[in-house]
Amino acid sequence: MVDLAPFYVPAAVVDHAAVEPRSRRSDIIAFCRRQPLGTIGLLMVLVMAVAGLCAEWIAPYSPTSNDFAAMTEAPSWAHLMGTDQFGRDLFSRIVFGARTALIVGFSCAIIGGIAGLVLGVASAYFGGRLDLFLQRVFDVVMAFPLIIMALAVIAIFGSGIYNVIVAITIPLIPRCARVVRSSALAIRELPYIDAARACGFGHARIILFHMVPNVMATFLIMLTAFVGQAILSEASLSYLGLGVQEPIAAWGLMLQGGAEEYASTAPWIAIFPGLAIALTVFGFSLFGDALRDALDPKLRDR
Amino acid sequence: MYRYIVSRVLLVIPTLVGAAALVFVLMRLIPGDICVVRLGSGGGSVDPRAVAVCHAELGLDHPLIIQFLDFVWGFFRLDFGISMWSGKPVAEEIAARLPISLEIAVMATVVAILIAIPLGTISALKQNSWIDHVVRTTAIAGIATPSFWLGIVSILVVLDVSHALFGAPWMPPIDYVPFWQDPLRNLSMAVLPALTVGYRYAAVTMRMTRSAMLEVLREDYIRTARAKGLIERLIINRHALKNALLPVVTLIGIEFAFLIGGLVVTEQVFNLNGIGRLLVLAVQNQDYTLTQALVMLTVAIFVFANLAVDLLYAWLDPRIRLG
Repeated sequence: MVDLAPFYVPAAVVDHAAVEPRSRRSDIIAFCRRQPLGTIGLLMVLVMAVAGLCAEWIAPYSPTSNDFAAMTEAPSWAHLMGTDQFGRDLFSRIVFGARTALIVGFSCAIIGGIAGLVLGVASAYFGGRLDLFLQRVFDVVMAFPLIIMALAVIAIFGSGIYNVIVAITIPLIPRCARVVRSSALAIRELPYIDAARACGFGHARIILFHMVPNVMATFLIMLTAFVGQAILSEASLSYLGLGVQEPIAAWGLMLQGGAEEYASTAPWIAIFPGLAIALTVFGFSLFGDALRDALDPKLRDR
Repeated sequence: MYRYIVSRVLLVIPTLVGAAALVFVLMRLIPGDICVVRLGSGGGSVDPRAVAVCHAELGLDHPLIIQFLDFVWGFFRLDFGISMWSGKPVAEEIAARLPISLEIAVMATVVAILIAIPLGTISALKQNSWIDHVVRTTAIAGIATPSFWLGIVSILVVLDVSHALFGAPWMPPIDYVPFWQDPLRNLSMAVLPALTVGYRYAAVTMRMTRSAMLEVLREDYIRTARAKGLIERLIINRHALKNALLPVVTLIGIEFAFLIGGLVVTEQVFNLNGIGRLLVLAVQNQDYTLTQALVMLTVAIFVFANLAVDLLYAWLDPRIRLG
């Protein structure tokens, strides 16, 4: 990518002390009023989070128990979203699938984001050879196809939810690091960093307490986008049979096999899991967009 | 300017070599041995002497560093060797499957450009109107919807509609026929995959067009153009859009490169025999030469698309090469 860092005006370089401390609650209310779409997104995310966290209490059936008397049954009061070809209740599987998506989405975003944050800020702060080297490594990882990374990770370590997380997290790191680096490069040149250096602070202290807080806005916006992307990647990998394995309930996995085979006779098997993925990622994207508008004053009114 | 071009072109080399090293190491970390698989496909134990002969044949008995240098040297001469699995030249294997993937990718790009640029522009011009909200929501939905699910649903719709109309369900053909032989058959195969992939592509491009347009519309030269009484259509087409398209073109280039690597899922849904399928097969068969060639192909497309974009930027915007 083109390095626009020298022209980038850091959005989040705000003098925190000068801003009157407002209460959390009024912040949230202001956010909801100004960003109605973002609030809808937040609500969608919350519904999904509650479903994932309280799956045992919400789901009417076990996600793995088969009922061969009720195979490929259409949606009814007994089975809200119908049943699949093994007689498993689709609604229960979708509720438990939310948990899988939640685990994968958040762990990938958080691990990848933090690793990217550290590498990006360090790369900008130290500059020189370290920066040059890290940039080349990021180039390679970003150019590398995700699917090959996933295939290799799974072939080497075996399939399973943790290896899926590894496979999805790796490509997220350089993308986060790139963006963080370009904001951090601009911050590095600001007088207060020189001042911190002049005070004799160590590198770790300058990076953690003076640079990281100022790239936080950029970082948080990216983190929400990453959760959605990780959920989509997990679904694609599981759909290809490279991700989460049966009998764990995962949305991508539910679309594999039966969904296509029974598409014309039992379309609900294909429709509901896909809707769950799309709505969840939609929610995260709406919320992320609103968060960007709220946190990044440069983009406000846009 | 020349300094910048030379240094930017030279930066391509470490990326390509790094990617080559990564795929080389990853493939060899995967447990298993292609010779054992090839010889033992009939079941039973495998003669170690036969395995040794097979290794020698495939060049797997050389030290790893020699194997790696062979691979990299071959790549720079565009000689990818023969597929370890089928014994056919790698270039032939890829050439047989590339047209279908390329056609879908190109069609998806066309769909994306045709939808995204007009809608993104309108959305920016009518900022915060209902049109803007509809376009933005459609775009976010495009990013959120998994393309493979869209594929499944679109097949479902085609099946049901054709059943209702003609009495018998109709499915798009899955075998590739070149366009000049049977255009109708060719298009009926490629159109659904291109649309499902193109929707996401269009969504990303639409968002970029909108935000680039909004930024440009605030520039002083737009105000000047308006102040001197230029008609709005000319301001938009000649002054605003021309400048706003730069980041959009970048995005289209980079997404196109991603698309080539990301067709695996789409080809799976539509049961198409393109390079995405080939890639998965090659890794599963531990076909080192074929996997390496395919990965290097996608990486090279990505790297050169990026290079082209960077050089284009530098040519158009002198601030970048100074910075």
